[in-house]
Amino acid sequence: MNDHLSGLGALLLQYDVLGAFWTNIQLTFWGALFALALGTLLALMRISPIVSLRWAGATYVSVFRNTPLTIIMTFMVMGVWTALQIQLADDFQNNFFRLAVVGLAVYHAAFVCEAIRSGVNTVPLGQAEAARAIGLSFLPAARLIILPQAFRGAIAPLGNTLIALLKNSTVAAAASVSWETSSTMKTMIEFNPNYLWEIFAVFAIGYVILVIPIGLLTTSLSRRLAVKR
Amino acid sequence: MDQTTSTTGQPAADETADAPRSGDALGAPLVELKHVNKHFGALHVLQDIDLTVRKGEVLVVIGPSGSGKSTLCRAINRLETIDDGTITVDGKELPEEGKALAKLRAEVGMVFQSFNLFAHKTVLDNVTLGPRKVRGMSKKDAEELARTLLDRVGVGNQAEKMPAQLSGGQQQRVAIARALAMRPKVMLFDEPTSALDPEMVNEVLDAMVALAQEGMTMIVVTHEMGFARKAADRVVFMADGQIVEEAHPEEFFTAPKSERARDFLSKILTH
Repeated sequence: MNDHLSGLGALLLQYDVLGAFWTNIQLTFWGALFALALGTLLALMRISPIVSLRWAGATYVSVFRNTPLTIIMTFMVMGVWTALQIQLADDFQNNFFRLAVVGLAVYHAAFVCEAIRSGVNTVPLGQAEAARAIGLSFLPAARLIILPQAFRGAIAPLGNTLIALLKNSTVAAAASVSWETSSTMKTMIEFNPNYLWEIFAVFAIGYVILVIPIGLLTTSLSRRLAVKR
Repeated sequence: MDQTTSTTGQPAADETADAPRSGDALGAPLVELKHVNKHFGALHVLQDIDLTVRKGEVLVVIGPSGSGKSTLCRAINRLETIDDGTITVDGKELPEEGKALAKLRAEVGMVFQSFNLFAHKTVLDNVTLGPRKVRGMSKKDAEELARTLLDRVGVGNQAEKMPAQLSGGQQQRVAIARALAMRPKVMLFDEPTSALDPEMVNEVLDAMVALAQEGMTMIVVTHEMGFARKAADRVVFMADGQIVEEAHPEEFFTAPKSERARDFLSKILTH
């Protein structure tokens, strides 16, 4: 028994499991940052008074929300890098990492957009009318009045999107980020099948430990920051 | 009344700004509606409306719900679009959506039934936002202006609070200060006291009467007859999308000419 446990300990050190989790956290951080920026832009397009922008925003969301992430990730490597020869960094690892971040961002931006739009729906129409009535045009009204309230109404759905993004960051394996968690787990199980369940438990519990605080934090934030009406 | 005035809309001369509040001494036309029509689906909510409001005039629009009076009020700063006809404010026809419309709206103050204060901003920020972001006023000047206006409507001591911490009457007075901060040429009031508890109605009406006495041009959709009698130069009675009757308030409330107005007044006066 003791031998078994110490063997597992050695295994975890040998394969840099913490480093693998750190990679997924970094993928999530950058993916979330770009997804938030792009998703906000898409949400602005979807509530704008310009019909063609609304149409473009809606089309983007339909396409990327309904495309499997694995397809997008594989395309990032096979299409964007191999075929189109668009390179995002000079060294291999950084290039794959950045391609994966772009894939994660363009996919989750569609969900961010819809989360923000649900936040916009929590803002009464009168707020926009009052903003227009004092002479603010669409962009200043959106920036000063609508979006600040919409974000505060969208914290819970944005938190759910962040949780999905963290878990989906393992799909970076399909973009050749072979040092992230799911790839690491695959290698570990392949060479140490006698530790099958233990290895699985380490990765599963690792994600539970990461995800639960995000949920708790966003729930409490969404309560604390709710706009009182 | 001069509904048929065919002025091409020279900006009103300034000497009328301090004109006394009597029907004959009012200034040049400030808001003009000509043959305005609007439909909501099959419903013809504004039917060929002609209306002229002169500088310094206080106009009360009264009528049963669904008569189109709120739509009329909201059409004047294009919160509702119209199907045809023209609306001019100070000689300029309402522009399409865009910068020009935003500029015009800055000169038309609006007070809503449900206050619509910016819920995530303090009372002070609600009032300074327009002057700072639309007029480009400095923070210091805007705050000075805001505090003066908040004092004027009697809520100066609430400046640091959030709207949700205020009573309805206080919120509506802040909304009036917010509109005034843009130094509008005309103020629109869309049933400003309808959402208020009865004991808060007077504090809002008092602020409006004071504003009227200062010579502000006002278009007020309301059922408050006390206000109409005290402050209005003219009452317009609307029903089913049409202007049925126009008269001096005293004349309208004591001797309405039309059957519709008599019927409406009997219903709201018998309690």
